[in-house]
Amino acid sequence: MTTELDLRGEVCPYTFVKTKLKLEDVESGEELIVIFDHAPAVENVPRSLKNEGHKIMGIEQKGDHLWNVRIRKA
Amino acid sequence: MIGGFNEEQIRRYSRHIILPEVGGKGQKKLLSSKVLCIGAGGLGSPVIEYLAAAGIGSIGIIDDDTVDLSNLQRQVIHGGNVGKSKAESAKQFVNNLNPDVDVKTYIERLNANNVIDIFNEYDIIVDGSDNFATRYLVNDACVITNKPLSHGSIYRFEGQVTTIIPHKGPCYRCLFEHAPPPGMVPSCQEAGVLGVLPGIIGVIQATEVVKYLLGIGELLVGRLVYYDALNMTFQEIKMRWNKNCPICGEEPKITSIQEEIYGDSCRIW
Repeated sequence: MTTELDLRGEVCPYTFVKTKLKLEDVESGEELIVIFDHAPAVENVPRSLKNEGHKIMGIEQKGDHLWNVRIRKA
Repeated sequence: MIGGFNEEQIRRYSRHIILPEVGGKGQKKLLSSKVLCIGAGGLGSPVIEYLAAAGIGSIGIIDDDTVDLSNLQRQVIHGGNVGKSKAESAKQFVNNLNPDVDVKTYIERLNANNVIDIFNEYDIIVDGSDNFATRYLVNDACVITNKPLSHGSIYRFEGQVTTIIPHKGPCYRCLFEHAPPPGMVPSCQEAGVLGVLPGIIGVIQATEVVKYLLGIGELLVGRLVYYDALNMTFQEIKMRWNKNCPICGEEPKITSIQEEIYGDSCRIW
């Protein structure tokens, strides 16, 4: 099962804070797709998530300022 | 709402949530915890301040005293409240700082008759009292009700702090079986106290409470930190469980809270 979290309009560090909170509700091994329009988040959030042991399955640019980050929960 | 947190809470607690050791789960634990602060004075001020900021869901504050101008040199939460009940003044401070915290005030003295019922409502007890009778009453009641206790005390330029987990480590009576005789140790009022001193000791107590509630790190169990502000030293004194301890030993002499024990010297006759 894949969960989606739309964080358009959100900036750091809340991009990470909200992603982390959402991941706590996801089962281990399941995937979460987070949508960002804040460029620094695309670098920062995956780095912080990796530090907590989660896997980044892919980062997809969907538009000029729009990214989908796919995360697998540890 | 994400993970049970509203927008305001996500921002307020973001620096906690970011920490791997805390996260949303840890913050929820804090929000559902109940802590009792004995005294809203020098030690109670920083304890209450930081526990409220941390989002402890429920804080009990017991103090029968009112704010005096001479308190404000160290009791930093009572600004503008001279003459007001310390418990009520502390509650006002907490309400302004963090509306997530529910404060219950007890404008009374802790005594042998009310201690057990009050302690039973809380997860952990913080002793910020300024006299031996209360200190021994708190220690003994924590052992009897099996409640963890953060002990702190201050004198002039010196302070001490330890964490007591009954039956898992030593208690205050394991180290100091009885209080010193009346009149031997002067009170703050007689001896003076450096205003910042309770800030240091109280903040260590608040740290221990938060760690205990989160279940992280190493608590000051079996260790007493002795702080000397003049020489700026922290010493660690090992505390051992005393099998002859009158309250938590193998054959305790104290098995219930009896008023007559908690006089000036807290001796067991």
